[in-house]
Amino acid sequence: MARSVTTQRKILNTAAAWAIGLLIFFPILWTILTSFKTEAEAIASPPIFLNFDWTLENYAIVQERSNYMRFLWNSVIIAGGSTVLGIIIAVPAAWSMAFVPSKRTKDILMWMLSTKMLPAVGVLYPIYLLCIQLGVLDNRLAMVVILMLINLPIIVWMLYTYFREIPGEILEAARMDGATLKEELLYILTPMAVPGIASTLLLNFILAWNEAFWTLNLTSVDAAPLTAFIASYSSPEGLFFAKLSAASTMAIAPILILGWFSQKQLVRGLTFGAVK
Amino acid sequence: MGRIQLKQVTKKFGDVEVIPPLDLTIEDGEFAVFVGPSGCGKSTLLRLIAGLEDITTGQIEIDGTDATNVPPAKRGLAMVFQSYALYPHMSVRKNIAFPLRMAKMEQAEIDKRVEAAASVLNLTDYLDRRPGQLSGGQRQRVAIGRAIVREPAAFLFDEPLSNLDAALRVGMRMEISELHEKLATTMIYVTHDQVEAMTMADKIVVLQAGVIEQVGSPLELYRAPRNLFVAGFIGSPKMNFIEGPEAAKHDAHTIGVRPEHIAVSDSEGLWSGVVGVSEHLGSDTFFHVHDTGLAETITVRADGEVGFRHGDRIHLTPRADVIHRFDAQGLRIA
Amino acid sequence: MATQHSRSAARIMMAPAVFVLLVWMLVPLTMTLYFSFKKYLPLRGGDLGWVGFDNYVRFVTSSAFWPAVQTTLVIVGGVLLITVVLGILLALLLDQPMWGQGVVRILVIAPFFVMPTVSALVWKNMFMDPVNGLFAHLWRFFGAEPVSWLSDASLASIIMIVSWQWLPFATLILLTAIQSLDSEQLEAAEMDGAPPLKRFYHIILPHMSRAITIVILIQTIFLLAIFAEIFVTTGGAFGTRTLTYLIYQRVLESQNVGLGSAGGVYAIILANIVALFLMRIVGKNLDA
Repeated sequence: MARSVTTQRKILNTAAAWAIGLLIFFPILWTILTSFKTEAEAIASPPIFLNFDWTLENYAIVQERSNYMRFLWNSVIIAGGSTVLGIIIAVPAAWSMAFVPSKRTKDILMWMLSTKMLPAVGVLYPIYLLCIQLGVLDNRLAMVVILMLINLPIIVWMLYTYFREIPGEILEAARMDGATLKEELLYILTPMAVPGIASTLLLNFILAWNEAFWTLNLTSVDAAPLTAFIASYSSPEGLFFAKLSAASTMAIAPILILGWFSQKQLVRGLTFGAVK
Repeated sequence: MGRIQLKQVTKKFGDVEVIPPLDLTIEDGEFAVFVGPSGCGKSTLLRLIAGLEDITTGQIEIDGTDATNVPPAKRGLAMVFQSYALYPHMSVRKNIAFPLRMAKMEQAEIDKRVEAAASVLNLTDYLDRRPGQLSGGQRQRVAIGRAIVREPAAFLFDEPLSNLDAALRVGMRMEISELHEKLATTMIYVTHDQVEAMTMADKIVVLQAGVIEQVGSPLELYRAPRNLFVAGFIGSPKMNFIEGPEAAKHDAHTIGVRPEHIAVSDSEGLWSGVVGVSEHLGSDTFFHVHDTGLAETITVRADGEVGFRHGDRIHLTPRADVIHRFDAQGLRIA
Repeated sequence: MATQHSRSAARIMMAPAVFVLLVWMLVPLTMTLYFSFKKYLPLRGGDLGWVGFDNYVRFVTSSAFWPAVQTTLVIVGGVLLITVVLGILLALLLDQPMWGQGVVRILVIAPFFVMPTVSALVWKNMFMDPVNGLFAHLWRFFGAEPVSWLSDASLASIIMIVSWQWLPFATLILLTAIQSLDSEQLEAAEMDGAPPLKRFYHIILPHMSRAITIVILIQTIFLLAIFAEIFVTTGGAFGTRTLTYLIYQRVLESQNVGLGSAGGVYAIILANIVALFLMRIVGKNLDA
């Protein structure tokens, strides 16, 4: 039962929480605002907060300089492809672990998670070499596969925790009703696990979208996603604040909007099912 | 149609034998109830029949054909689960239709059967709702509906009423009994509640630790329990067991007297004792009587209007013709 | 609890995931081990033969090694301390009744969505630039001399950037943990006369302990591997070269694959020590 508190307390709480929330959000807000300024306004002293001439020219320049859409498209394909591929491989595995557990199930799950902890840098050169030998350096499909492999343990783990919340009796009922294994997965488990699958999908899409080690090291032009697009601004273009802000806004906006719209699923996903 | 036969069936989980070799036949059209305390293996036995668990050794025959290695989907049995196990993302209509859809039945036939089942179970108005919008009793009926549309060889019920409140349970009990009368299909029903077993069964199978203690009709079990366990389990309140000299008078190690077979009097009787706790149910009153000179507290069922109080001295007389006698091993002496 | 049939189905369904991960783990790992025992300079002669444990010895004895370990530990430790402490405070605050809780939560989560390269660039240029950065303006406003953050206070700056990125994660997990606390427990403690601080210390904190452990361990895994933040800001200069970055430099910048691979093996061992602890906790968590 929630207890009633005095209005005074509530006002105090609200003020404090909003202040801190805005403080945390401020760098993003500032970036978005700056992206609409001219370069001169962007470095004006004292800084201008709102009363400047809003302009879209930075976006036009950034787009002209580097083809934003191509990077965006690469990000969408790499993040989306790796997540979907991961889910397709992970759903059957998570089903096995959740509903037909054996003595080794936990060991296998733990082992899968431990591969996630292999430091990427430790295997960077071998992967780099393999990519060259297979002729897939700077290749979108290769990035899809690599990011899928990186996130697969997390996907399996998350799906496993969600599946375990589904009572086994329902799947048994489907079996008694004459459903084959495929039908059981397709008509019963998957629809019932939609919220969990959505959380998993979202979180891993974001993780893949923001992944910046493999994408920076294994792509250059053809497969370069937004992480590489923005890294190209590290210097000296970084000193042009308005353009940097426009590029940054363009890189984070899709995920920010996606994240906000699906906040509820995400919060669930973010806890990795580890905290009830 | 639905004769189910278990031959020397055993089940082990790892090294633990939960069902020692067991033989059992359930005749076509029979209403069989597996009853026993929790952990007695009754649900496991049902799941073995359903095919949701493998048997370790032995054979299961359905309709005279060996079904031991047939997957659950192909055994032609329908099951109603304790949690109902309805598909929460489907409407009632789709829930009931699911087994038919899996059997690749034509849509027109599916519709016909679902409508028919819904009208039998009073669900017609709820066909387009989701299970989450239904009451416990309605969910129960949907689960039954899903089972009956398939016209299975037999129905399996796994404690289907344990999630309902007391009043609904009585109603559903009657509905299931009526359904059995109407369909005349084999039903196997698992419960820990001996009242359900007594009121519904043609044949009761009493289980303890995976072993069948006794098989028989409700009255057979009531009148002639084969051993102390069955005697104590069937009947409510529980049978009084008396050991020692009083039992020796009857040439037995233990005698059993049901509370309803003891006459109460304020003046005379075989035993005399002091009333302890008394439970007034309105129709009946149960007295727990101590200081009778026997080691055990005796429970007595009297008429609801009998008005003894705590501390009153009363006299008890067991009916001589219904005293059950058991030997030192707990087995009935005929 | 299943039949032979479903067990064999389960094995088949698990096979693809197990197989791809096995390949993903074993092939590069074997190659890294192989290279680590070789003198291997792709641009300067290629494979120059076996050298036994030379690379391992050289990596540890190089003057860059211990500073890199130290830097790694300082960054990981600093970020953990900041995110956990602030995360607890923020979670406590967000758990209070207020108006617009949903919006505040959105504001607080936002940094998690920002890709590391963007956040590093934005912080580096727009906030920490000693001339035009917002901090420089702020310092000047108060009459102080602007700080060259990324060269003079490089480690603190990176810790701050990374903390900003991970604070949302810590806050959210801890908030979820607090919200799962049965309020009757707190009411009981209040009835027993425990003042707020004692209630926090004796009831809320123990209840959150598992969540805190999870935050620490998951973050540690990610923090040990931070790369983009350093790559974009200091490029490893000014004492911000972590173990990860050192190995990266050995392999890709100086193209000494043998030496870098030996470093990689050290990093793998380090990560596995951490992983061992994490597995214990998560394993327990799975049983619950």
